[in-house]
Amino acid sequence: MYVVIAGAGKVGWNLARELMSKRHEVTVIESDRSRYLTVEQELEHAIQYGDATELWVLERAGISRADLTIAVTGDDEDNLLICQLAKEKYLCERIIARVNNPRNRQYFELLGIQPAVSATDLILRLIEHEVPSYGTVHLLDLRDEQLEIIEVEVPEGSPVIGRRVSDITLPDGALIISILRDGKGFVPKADTVISDGDEVLLVLDPGLEDSITEQFASDRRDAA
Amino acid sequence: MSFILIVGAGRVGSTVARTMLANGHDVSVLDEDPLSHERLDSGMDTTWEDAGGRFTLGHGLEIDALREAGIEEADVFIAATDGDNTNLTIAQIAGKHYEVPRVICRVMDPARVEWYAEQGLHTICPTSYAIEMFERALEEV
Repeated sequence: MYVVIAGAGKVGWNLARELMSKRHEVTVIESDRSRYLTVEQELEHAIQYGDATELWVLERAGISRADLTIAVTGDDEDNLLICQLAKEKYLCERIIARVNNPRNRQYFELLGIQPAVSATDLILRLIEHEVPSYGTVHLLDLRDEQLEIIEVEVPEGSPVIGRRVSDITLPDGALIISILRDGKGFVPKADTVISDGDEVLLVLDPGLEDSITEQFASDRRDAA
Repeated sequence: MSFILIVGAGRVGSTVARTMLANGHDVSVLDEDPLSHERLDSGMDTTWEDAGGRFTLGHGLEIDALREAGIEEADVFIAATDGDNTNLTIAQIAGKHYEVPRVICRVMDPARVEWYAEQGLHTICPTSYAIEMFERALEEV
């Protein structure tokens, strides 16, 4: 695979290392001269000096034969435009953009730049995973494939407690794929009974998350 | 009379802003540098606000700043910051997301102007004008 990476910061440099160690062909583009010279000592010909938002710089890096373009500069506008050019002008099949400020994520979505990865969002997800009071955790989002995997904690008082998996009526496009109980995961059978404190993993069509969360939520809130 | 939102009040943005205001339009300016507000005032008899202009301090990519500056009501959006990438991004957002009827974007890089123009963006490239002027001035050489 041929990968063009815009930005030789910590992220870009390490991505390049990893990809090269997996025998991919990589070109990194860095616009800061001194950073370029530092990284060049290690990456040698696999890094080029230039502003990756300029067409000739992208072309010199061979963007039109790239299988994947990754824009990981510290500037969201740059990342957005680099990916836009790669995708729409040079018809690069796969792009990955870094979002530095999570508030800019909507712009990436709006202009069709996906996936857009934000460290802040990733950390928030980890927090959600570590702090079960959040209830629902997004484990995986496959946007192109239109699938999500979520984890729902079964709280005290949830109407699904004591019910068999086969008795829980889920909306079309939702399936229970695993249950985590006492720190261990297993694939449930139709007659597996849901217990208080279980964590249930479901695969979903997008948009079903809210109704699932509601279905698993505790009734107590309403009663109180 | 139109409502014109100008993001970036450097020499170009501020002059266009004053001209449009003098021509009787509603003009709102968004810039992240307070100095640009002073630039708007300079050369006018009154302050920018007294003359009827609006000014919002903030970055063109901040959604709150854009709203405060009136992007939702704008008839015309002008992206004239000193950064091509900022201009190209906010111009596309103004057109696609806020559906501003007329969007004009300043881009210094002639190479990208061509492609974005093909994508339907109204761009102005001062560099191209400068090149043309130089070439014309050098015709007799």
